[in-house]
Amino acid sequence: MDIGESLFLLVLTLDATVRVATPLILAALAGLIVERAGVIDIGLEGKMLGAAFAAATVAAVTGSAWLGLLMALVVSVLLALLHGFACITHKGNQIVSGVAINIMVSGLTALLGVAWFARGGQTPPLSDEARFGAVTLPGAEALADVPLIGAIYSELLSGHNVLVYVAFLTVPFVWWLVYRTRFGLRLRATGENPAAVDTAGISVERMRFLALVCCGILCGLAGAYLSTGHSASFIRDMTAGKGYIALAAMIFGKWRPVPVLLACLLFGFLDAVAVRLQGVALPMVGEVPVQFVQALPYILTVVLLAGFIGQAIAPRASGIPYVKER
Amino acid sequence: MANPGGQLPAWADIVMLPLINVAMAFIVSGIIIAAIGQNPFEAVRIMILGAFSYDGALGYTLYYTTNFVFTGLAVAVAFHAGLFNIGGEGQAYIGGLGVGLAALALDGSLPFILLLPVTIAAAALFGAGWAFIPGYLQAKRGSHIVITTIMFNFIAAALMVYLMTQVLIRPGQMSPESRVLAEHAWLPFMHEALGWFGIAAARSPLNLSLLWALACCVLVWLLIWHTRLGHEIRTVGSNQTAAVYAGIRPDRTIIVAMCISGGLAGFVGVNEILGVQHRLLLDFSAGYGFTGIAVALMGRNHPVGIVLASLLFGALYQGGAELAFENAAFTPDLIVVIQGLVVLFSGALGFMFRPYLERLFARPVPPALAEA
Repeated sequence: MDIGESLFLLVLTLDATVRVATPLILAALAGLIVERAGVIDIGLEGKMLGAAFAAATVAAVTGSAWLGLLMALVVSVLLALLHGFACITHKGNQIVSGVAINIMVSGLTALLGVAWFARGGQTPPLSDEARFGAVTLPGAEALADVPLIGAIYSELLSGHNVLVYVAFLTVPFVWWLVYRTRFGLRLRATGENPAAVDTAGISVERMRFLALVCCGILCGLAGAYLSTGHSASFIRDMTAGKGYIALAAMIFGKWRPVPVLLACLLFGFLDAVAVRLQGVALPMVGEVPVQFVQALPYILTVVLLAGFIGQAIAPRASGIPYVKER
Repeated sequence: MANPGGQLPAWADIVMLPLINVAMAFIVSGIIIAAIGQNPFEAVRIMILGAFSYDGALGYTLYYTTNFVFTGLAVAVAFHAGLFNIGGEGQAYIGGLGVGLAALALDGSLPFILLLPVTIAAAALFGAGWAFIPGYLQAKRGSHIVITTIMFNFIAAALMVYLMTQVLIRPGQMSPESRVLAEHAWLPFMHEALGWFGIAAARSPLNLSLLWALACCVLVWLLIWHTRLGHEIRTVGSNQTAAVYAGIRPDRTIIVAMCISGGLAGFVGVNEILGVQHRLLLDFSAGYGFTGIAVALMGRNHPVGIVLASLLFGALYQGGAELAFENAAFTPDLIVVIQGLVVLFSGALGFMFRPYLERLFARPVPPALAEA
């Protein structure tokens, strides 16, 4: 293999990385926002799955990817509010609530899918008009033949669907929101010291509900991407643990937007590489089992949580229901 | 889980509140069934018939129940120590691996009477080992146990796929399964065991693991409420600071509780591998670990409650399978929905109805009645 060829292979792998990382980025940022407000959300997976189903269903019926996206946002936000109703309004256990949402949505999407479409839980395949198609950046075709730069620009940067660009733009937006706005300051304070926020006359409950709405919107985008951007229909349990990988990426990025982005790209890269590594002997280590590469995000997260690579410190009040002093 | 103060008679707290919560879950399930254009009452009828009255139906129900007792107890023991063990799924999977490895290695040399304790110990050891690491990391390094046990579920799944496709697969075979265990290693089916006493029973996957599950219930009850360790576990679970003042080492207790929890989950492997499948294969833990969460929440972390909740979920699983057979609109996913709703209402919204109940019981006696 000459250098040009292997570079091209690398660009293709990175291109796949971007596609795999997109839902992770959106979901991980969703998790970041709620945890910064002191709410743990195990239910990222369920919200994404529900949104993916809603998007594919509406897109299949109406033929419009945008209406599908709208429905995805509605469903995901409603699920987020349910989480809030259970663990903010009724001070229920946040983990239990998240687990409940995940289990419920996993069953409900399959049940409704079978009832409505009778395709074994799948939604009808979407035509290209009912999906988010590839966006060709200006000049991509003209540059395609230029060595290296052409490959990078027209393969890696151009030709993704609009939600991919949205996901990457969300990173600076969330950074700005969390670190440069009054809302962000209050959000972080709610996650670190809710009593102080309460004393300042700001409603902790309201802050947490607002954070959940943001979380719902981002998970909705991630779900819509999965079923109407990345693929062309909803498939039963199509999130396949992405919500949990996103959770891992959020921890790996230590609850900060840019490191979270890098963690998502790393995990996405591992996923993209795992497929290509099958049966390939690497120098020094020999053949690496695909399953090991697939499990690497989880292993890395455990190692990080164990405090062997830096330290992962969660927002102090996350997971604790806030009870006003009487 | 916070238990907001308030006066409620014990029976209302232990019996009525859980029943209201479960009833809510079923009402919402009924609404969902109606929403997909089916008759919920007809569904209930078919499910009850399917779970109890057909030949062998009860056996199937109790076979599922066995698994749920193991995973429910596992979640409950961790809960008592204030830990949320979401890793039952992975611990059951790895526990089954332990059973399979022990049986595959020894079924040629040991008689059943020796093989059985060895395989049961292997299930406990492997399950406990898989729970030990998250437990250790929580106790010593403060890693959040919910996250680590979730991660360990995925790591277990990847490990099993690797082992079954690359290492343990029977040579010359396509499907990722080990060789079948020697017949004398199998745990007798219940219909066989009853046959020894001259009682005829329909064939079903129910096997003698059920007895072990019930024994575990008694053991867990003794452990939690009648031993020093159990007292330590409950103390650490309710107040770590107080535990330290009482001379208890929370880190040690947390690790031990997690190991017991993982070991209990591992016993699913005894039921599945030794009792039913008779070989190692993929995905035999099929969601039992997650159902254990619903079972433990519904059974209020008490062995008696867990047996009842397991029976209900066993009936739901078997009845649901029968329902799917009768009517294609009801895929087994319906059971998953009900399970999620039970976790939601019995767990996350567990105290939603408490204030209403309290108001009901606190209502002063009307003057007319008081005079009479």
